Amino acid sequence: MSTRTGAAPGGPPSFLAQLKQNGSGPVLVVLAVLVAVMAVLNPGFYEPPSLMAFLRNAAPLVILAIGQYFVIVAGEFDLSVGSLVGAQVVIAARLINGEEDRTWPVIALMVGFGLLVGLVNGLITTLLRVPSFITTLGTMLVLYGAIRMWTGGSPTGALSEGFRQWGRLGIDMPVLRQLPYALLIMIALAVVGILVMRSSYGRVLMATGDNDTAATFAGGRVWLVRTGAFVLSSLFATVAGILVGGFAGVTAQVGQGMEFTAITAVVLGGVLLGGGRGWVVGAMAGALTYQLLERLLVQLDMPSTLNPTIQGVIIIAAVAFAADRWRTRRGRTAPQTPAEPEPVGVA
Amino acid sequence: MSTTSTVAPASAGRATPRAPRRNPLRSVPLISVALLVLLVVAGILLASRGENLLSAGSIVDILTRSSLLGFIAIGQTLVILCRSLDLSVGYVAALSSLVAAVVMDGEPSRILLGVAAALGIAAAVGLFNGIVTTKLGVHAFITTLGSGLIIKGFLDTRYPGPSGSVPSAFQGFGYTRIGVLPVSAIIMLVIAAAGALMLHRTRLGHSMFAVGGNIDVARLSGIRTDRTLILAHVMCSTMAGLAGLLLAARFSTGVGAQIYGAGYDLDSIAAVVLGGTLLLGGRGGIGGTIAAVLILGVLDSLFNQLQINPFFRDVLRGVIIIAAVALYARRQIDPKKARVRFRDTTSPSAAEPPPATEGGRS
Repeated sequence: MSTRTGAAPGGPPSFLAQLKQNGSGPVLVVLAVLVAVMAVLNPGFYEPPSLMAFLRNAAPLVILAIGQYFVIVAGEFDLSVGSLVGAQVVIAARLINGEEDRTWPVIALMVGFGLLVGLVNGLITTLLRVPSFITTLGTMLVLYGAIRMWTGGSPTGALSEGFRQWGRLGIDMPVLRQLPYALLIMIALAVVGILVMRSSYGRVLMATGDNDTAATFAGGRVWLVRTGAFVLSSLFATVAGILVGGFAGVTAQVGQGMEFTAITAVVLGGVLLGGGRGWVVGAMAGALTYQLLERLLVQLDMPSTLNPTIQGVIIIAAVAFAADRWRTRRGRTAPQTPAEPEPVGVA
Repeated sequence: MSTTSTVAPASAGRATPRAPRRNPLRSVPLISVALLVLLVVAGILLASRGENLLSAGSIVDILTRSSLLGFIAIGQTLVILCRSLDLSVGYVAALSSLVAAVVMDGEPSRILLGVAAALGIAAAVGLFNGIVTTKLGVHAFITTLGSGLIIKGFLDTRYPGPSGSVPSAFQGFGYTRIGVLPVSAIIMLVIAAAGALMLHRTRLGHSMFAVGGNIDVARLSGIRTDRTLILAHVMCSTMAGLAGLLLAARFSTGVGAQIYGAGYDLDSIAAVVLGGTLLLGGRGGIGGTIAAVLILGVLDSLFNQLQINPFFRDVLRGVIIIAAVALYARRQIDPKKARVRFRDTTSPSAAEPPPATEGGRS
């Protein structure tokens, strides 16, 4: 709670106060540097059409990062999002099977499936008290295996044009040439994310991640709030799946490894693993940074196989910088600053 | 501790006298019972098809499957006991298999050199992981994810395909058997025994439990917590390096992508937790891990012999892992400790009062 004192009920904190408290400063600096470097290396990148194309590709990861943010800020993990994205794409292809009029019913079904997966993850974690790392690892294995059992190892079927348009097309515009639907969806979900975190639900979620005992004593229903975070994560992953399916099509590998990328993006955005601190905008900035970095490495003509190495170095460096800067480690291992000596109404 | 005392003085005060009581229900016996049950069920299943689970062939099969994951999981147990984790073990195994094969290059005289180089590099990765985690304050999840990515990039760039070759004398490490026991499995069991001794009989082992239990208390008790954690990471990576040597011996060459793509990192964490070690650290042991690895090995072998869809194995594995850990959580004596999370704050209050067992707190 001490990290959020500025966000007290007195009203929404100012932009700068948010930056200071939530540890998102470093990632915004890194993002700004990357944007500047990109401008020097390849000014053409900022031509509206190419910028739009970049944002369209980045949208699924940004959406996944927002979903993962809810879970991480509540002190948990969701390792199942990658396989959920894959599962949703395979389900869509198999059920739509190229028929246009099945698009919307199948999308509804996918949302329902996402809801179910999130609910299962959340309830197993909160009620059966399985660590979320294990719960979602198990879900990941189950989804991975079930989808391959169902399809016999190679996904079949085809997506309809109406389904693919969300990831591929956009609204035709004079200057931008095309405003991608993916970007609009991303912005809409970002607004949803910000609003959620400003709602009372979001505050309880944050308090839960910070100290769930205190949150319980303060009247928060911790298990319900946490389950909600898992549901949100799965729903956002479903949307990401729709975009990825539209953009990249159907393969057996869709979504693989995305869970780690999403977690990395969130942590890069200054969100503390273990919960209780972080800003949803930081998580999104982390995802954009990750994508821009990948793009920059292509620009630099690096052998693409070296990408992971450079990403690894930058992730460790960025998190080390943030950890040092914001004193999380000292705060966490040294005797903690005593909680405010306010009277706690617990007998 | 000071935060807890203001929030929930009762629970903080009670935690100490309660500690000794949890020993009788340690989860190690539970997992051994599960292993026995599985063996009996598997034996009956196979017997009904006219096959024998305890035939030499299938024992060798089970033990061979298990030893590889066993090496990695033993190391993973140590870091998880310290409330850390290592996601880079798969990459380290791949790296060390390549280093060993390239250094040996088919020359029997360079076996020792190759082994030393492979283990040395693996240990160096562990040292890096440990130092970054402790001194720079990066969460081990990110540190080891990052170091894994670094190794992956290096391997993909430098060794896109299999490289080097292993002299036939060294291949014996992968294939030699004494009776029905593969040498690799014997080595694994010896190391497991040594590890268990280290955990329960040496100062370092006790420090590991202490660090995993409560790092603040450990530090205030005069334990060098950073050094303990770094050593755990070094040992973990070295064990992954040993697994890499075994892989090099089996493939008779060094391979990259096939190894790190096989998911040993998550499998090993799952095995450790299945074996009853608390993901939150401080409780558990190598014995349970070995039993869990054997369970997974028996399941694999059984599925293979019954020719069940291999993808179903993943589904079943996921369900078993979740169910087993849920069972452990139910059996926890101390309800305050039961809700395991990746919480860096070491305050014992980092668990929610369980809704179901509210009465236990009165």
